[in-house]
Amino acid sequence: MTGGEQTVLQFHPSSTSVSAKVHPVVIFNICDCYVRRPDQAERVIGTLLGSVSSDGTVDIRNSYAVPHNESSDQVALDIDYHHNMLLSHQKVNPKEVIVGWYSTGFGVSGGSALIHEFYSREVPNPVHLTVDTGFTNGEASIKAFVSVNLTLGDRQLAAQFHEIPLDLRMIEAERVGFDILKSTMVDKLPSDLEGMEASMERLLSLIDDVYKYVDDVVEQRVAPDNKIGRFIADTVASIPKISPGAFDKLINDNIQDHLLLLYLSSLTRAQLGLAEKLNTAAQIL
Amino acid sequence: MANPPMIRSFLQVAATEEVAQPLRVVQIEGLAVLKIIKHCKENAPALVTGQLLGLDVGSVLEVTNCFPFPIREEDEEIEADGANYQLEMMRCLREVNVDNNTVGWYQSTLYGSFQTVELIETFMNYQENIKRCVCIIYDPARSNQGVLALKAMKLTDSFMELYRNNNFTGEKLREKNLSWVDIFEEIPIKVSNSALISAFMTELEADTPVTQCDYDRLQLSTKPQMERNVEFLIDCMDDLSMEQQKFQFYYRNLSRQQAQQQAWLQKRRAENNARKAAGDEPLPEEDPSNPIFKPVPEPSRLESFLVTNQISNYCNQINGVAGQSFSRLYLMKALQES
Repeated sequence: MTGGEQTVLQFHPSSTSVSAKVHPVVIFNICDCYVRRPDQAERVIGTLLGSVSSDGTVDIRNSYAVPHNESSDQVALDIDYHHNMLLSHQKVNPKEVIVGWYSTGFGVSGGSALIHEFYSREVPNPVHLTVDTGFTNGEASIKAFVSVNLTLGDRQLAAQFHEIPLDLRMIEAERVGFDILKSTMVDKLPSDLEGMEASMERLLSLIDDVYKYVDDVVEQRVAPDNKIGRFIADTVASIPKISPGAFDKLINDNIQDHLLLLYLSSLTRAQLGLAEKLNTAAQIL
Repeated sequence: MANPPMIRSFLQVAATEEVAQPLRVVQIEGLAVLKIIKHCKENAPALVTGQLLGLDVGSVLEVTNCFPFPIREEDEEIEADGANYQLEMMRCLREVNVDNNTVGWYQSTLYGSFQTVELIETFMNYQENIKRCVCIIYDPARSNQGVLALKAMKLTDSFMELYRNNNFTGEKLREKNLSWVDIFEEIPIKVSNSALISAFMTELEADTPVTQCDYDRLQLSTKPQMERNVEFLIDCMDDLSMEQQKFQFYYRNLSRQQAQQQAWLQKRRAENNARKAAGDEPLPEEDPSNPIFKPVPEPSRLESFLVTNQISNYCNQINGVAGQSFSRLYLMKALQES
């Protein structure tokens, strides 16, 4: 039973945001800023840009670092810089608004509440993202927090950081290929056909894996798992049933179409080469 | 033993460093790649541009960061605004220790249709200020097929020299031995990442057997791409034949003029002979005031060179796509049979 309203000590879950999504470019940017941080700076902080969808999910799509000075009990943020940068970013993409701020380091630290308060004035319910660039626990931990206010009636007593689920959206990075983004140096970008080859090799090895698993199950070396069995059945069933004649026709038609185009383009190239030769021949005259 | 070469004045060092090595490799950071992709993709199919920042180290051009330009407006006032934006952005990035050195620009393209006069103009503008610059071209449409369609281009030196003098007559081109192949030069791209980012990516993303890339690559339908490519190719062919018509027109004019000149000359000579017989001064054999002696301007070959470049580009793309779909089709066949 709650008594008079004035005396209730309660949390105001000021947030509606239930989760956050981070795009890889943000992580890359934060790491780059950290590598380039000023001499003697412990951490870098900066602004997160993105959008909040109707169901409260915060989509973090962009970021920029903000210079700051930190001593034991106070934090000085370059607010002018922050506003200038915001204006510049909005010129390019007006849809991206401030959604919060980030800081490197493990979890929430002392000065964080002050900075969070500043961002609360810029936008309701900012998200605080921490990226552990020091690998404190021996693992890369990226966390998102929102602030929850502890109030006694109308008076605000304290703010508490609550962790919220974070979704690392790597689709963008996947499209580029992790092989390129993972290693420190890639000498050459893979060309069309090389990429194709890699994909096919992977497909082949996957099929081999499935074969091996099925064989193992049939020969009772591995305990059968219904779920995997169903997956395999679904996959096999997803190959459309076409009569061999129709399939041959389909494939052959397609191949012929492509051959024709290939022929045309080769012809064009031959023409271009010929034209060039004629041009050079004209030079001698 | 005296070792005088060890002591060199700064000036001497500067003078020896002056010998510029040719640009061999563009080394681009993963961060810049992702930023370019983000910007280009968000605005596709509109074409966008942005600035590349980095360092020029010997024969390697390092691109360490970049920032997007707002979509360009024709309005004068907004153009001035754009210049301000650029300065502001550079200043801001310098404050957080980002390399504050422009090394070129990036732009998005649609199926590789980037070889235009505008690109050359922009390149020349950049070249005025920075000795070594590069243009990175990203193709969002092709990237959906699971290829990282990133290209670094620059103009060749001989072409730039010719362009500065604005000399694209047949004679000059022959003199320089320059053909359409020698306009653009593609520079190999390297991708580098800081150790920190590499560690994060390895930690965050376990090795998955299948990636989005593979799905995109194994997509069977290539019709739309082929159609677009062929469509562009046909457009280019039209352009090329237009250029050729212009040229034929020029040659016809030229030969007509030469015939006229000959006729006039003969008439004048006959007249002179008559005058000589009569004992008069012969008339000069040239008459600059006569309109038939005015040289016919030769059309610039630049446009046709560019169109030719485009055509060969599309041909290459068609070949690439066709090659990929052959492998896909045979894969399908094998799957169906097994």
